[in-house]
Order: sequence, then C-alpha cells, then structure tokens
Amino acid sequence: MTATWTMPAGSPHAAVLGLGIHRAKRVVPNAEIIDAIDSSDEWIQQRSGIKERRWVGPGETLESMSFAAAERALEASGIAAAQIDAVILASCSNTQQITALAPRIAHLLGTQSPAAFDISIACAGFCHGLSLATDMIRGGTSKHVLVIGAELFSPLVSEHDRGTAFIFGDGAGAVVVGPSDVPGIGPVVWGSDGEQHNAIELSEDWVAAMTDDEPVLPHITMDGPAVFRWAAFEMAKVAQETLDRTGITVDDLDLFVPHQANMRITDAMARAMKLPDRVRIARDIAEQGNTSAASIPLALGRMYEDGEAKSGDLALLIAFGAGLAYAAQVIRIP
Amino acid sequence: MATTEEIRTDLAEIVNEVTGIPAADVQLEKSFSDDLDVDSLSMVEVVVAAEEKFDVRIPDDEVKNLRTVGDAVTYIEKAQAA
Repeated sequence: MTATWTMPAGSPHAAVLGLGIHRAKRVVPNAEIIDAIDSSDEWIQQRSGIKERRWVGPGETLESMSFAAAERALEASGIAAAQIDAVILASCSNTQQITALAPRIAHLLGTQSPAAFDISIACAGFCHGLSLATDMIRGGTSKHVLVIGAELFSPLVSEHDRGTAFIFGDGAGAVVVGPSDVPGIGPVVWGSDGEQHNAIELSEDWVAAMTDDEPVLPHITMDGPAVFRWAAFEMAKVAQETLDRTGITVDDLDLFVPHQANMRITDAMARAMKLPDRVRIARDIAEQGNTSAASIPLALGRMYEDGEAKSGDLALLIAFGAGLAYAAQVIRIP
Repeated sequence: MATTEEIRTDLAEIVNEVTGIPAADVQLEKSFSDDLDVDSLSMVEVVVAAEEKFDVRIPDDEVKNLRTVGDAVTYIEKAQAA
C-alpha cells in the first residue's frame, strides 16, 4: 500500500520585500593604489570607471557587514526575524570556510532555526541566491527567505597586479524575499562556461600557498580581455533572453542593474542591448569598486538613495563573473 | 573578394566608432596601442565588431599578435580566404 505523502503548497509568486546594504567604512581613492602598479588616477578611471573603492576598516569583518546589511533588509521589509525560515548567503571570500556564515548571521539576527547555508559562485552569487529563494517560496519549502551577498576582497588582492589591484571592494547587501499574489521576481536565465574557469581565479590553492617555502596569501587573478569579451557581449544576449522569457521589452524597464564589474562592461552591455535613454543604469562601481556577490544590492541601494529607484519600478538584474557563471532576472522594486 | 584597402577602410570605421579616433589616422603601419592609443578593452570591442563585419573569428590568443592595423587587415584577409 502506498501512503499519501503531504507536500507543501507554494505561493504563486515571490517578490523582494525589502533591501539593506552595508558599505565597508574605509574610502580608498585611486591615489592610494597607483604607486604599487606604476599607474595613474586617469588610467584607472579610463579602464574601469572607478574613482575610489570601499575597503574594510578596523573591526569590520565579513560577518559584521553581512549582519548589518541583513538587519537593515529586515527593517525595510517589515518582516520580523522570527518569520525568516531560510537564509542564503552568497560569498566567495569567506576565508574561514568552516563553518558557513549563514547560520551565524541567522543566529545574530535572532531568527528561529531557519535553514541557513552559503553558496559560492562569485560575482553571480546574488542572482543565484535570489533565484533559489524564489523557487523555495513558489515550491512551498519556505515562506520568507533572507538573501545576502557579501564579500571581503581587499586581503585577497595583490597590490602589484595591474589587472586587478584597483578593481575590488568590500561590502554587503541583502534582501528579504517573500510570497506574493502578483509577479515580483521573474524567471531566471542562468548558466555557466566552465571551460573558462581560469579566466578569473584565486592564484593558488590555500594549502599549497601556505605550505610553500615562503608562504604568501593567494590572490585574485583575471584575464581582463577574455572576461571583457564574454561579459560585454555574451551577457548582453543573456540580458535580452531574460526580458524575452519574462515577456517584457527594454521599453518596459525602468532600471538596469548589472553586476558592477567595470564601467566599460556596463556601457558596452547597454549599447549592445540598445537600452532607451530613460532606463536608469546602476553605476555604483565608481565609488564602491567591484564587490562581486554584494555589487547588485549595493548598486540598488545607491539608486534608492539617489532617488533613481522607486517602488514599483521594473529592474533587470544580471550577475556574471568567475566560473564563468551568470544569472539574471527581472524584479519589481519594493 | 574585398581588397586590402577596402578592409582597412571598414576597419578604420570600426575603430572610429569604438574609440572616436579619426578613421583617416587608422593606417596600415600604425600600432593600435602605441600610435592610436587603443587600450586592451577597446581592442576587444574592435575585434568583436570586426568579427561581425568581416564574418571571421579572431580568438583572444590571436588578438595579442595583432600589433598594427596592417597585422589585423592581413589576419582578416587570410581568415576570409580560408
């Protein structure tokens, strides 16, 4: 005899209910970077659009930044910590991998034993987390999911690497995702190209690096032109596919919030997508640097502060990076 | 079959669209980086536009060998003939 199993019923849709961010405290202008790479402020701005980046100050950690962003996201959403039944934390810079950060953040917030886990897919992490949260809510697995993107890159950057020394920053962003009767988060378009796994990577395995005769921390390396070609041109196609699958066009969009990798990539994507002038484009990288999994919520946060993002706006999010991996979806701004 | 001059002219237009450098300056003997100040990211944009225009494939490994405008024109001619 076959017993009838009870499966939960999901919500028809999911939506972003609130956003919180935390920018690392220390402002690091290009002037502080240029000597070690024999460069100039102008050179860095021309190649990346970056004027300054945020790095952690005394007392700031991956945990403290994640907690601060998460606490603000809860407050903005009006959801109590006790209502959160899952926490997903996207990061590739947690250098104390055991244990995952998500349970610690959940505990600090005062949640009640939620499912809590980290995901690691670098710059594409936030949109992967958002997609998981959406499916968990629609599948009935969870009701309110906290999605955090957080990175602490500054210790993993080689100050002498001309290709990467000026790019990366530290920070965290979080959203609360909950059930909705109307569409608030559209279908994800995601994928990977593992053949290009070494286009962006850590220079060495941690154990190998620390057991060398002269141990030094591994650092991020990147094949800039290869990544640029993939990001600027292949990702513009993914962005268009995301709009197509959602059933909207660029004319319906209010905001374009790509991963803040490099201003040149953002500009090339916007040109390739033929975005109308009225679509507001996130350009947080100029003052924040590239914060990988944290960059999209941080960029959205700035658009709120600057009055560029308003409740009800439609935003196309597209996250892409090391893997190579990508994920994109349209959301309605809470 | 396009002539060398026709390819140079089309390539010069692409360089102009990507970088704003006057097309007339894009001559065969000019170096992309040293003479025309085309940086590595602009070079990628030029290459992607050239691939579309000339219906050829220019892999990243080859881009590193295209030092002058003439190198690029020669590469495109050979790729089209192949």
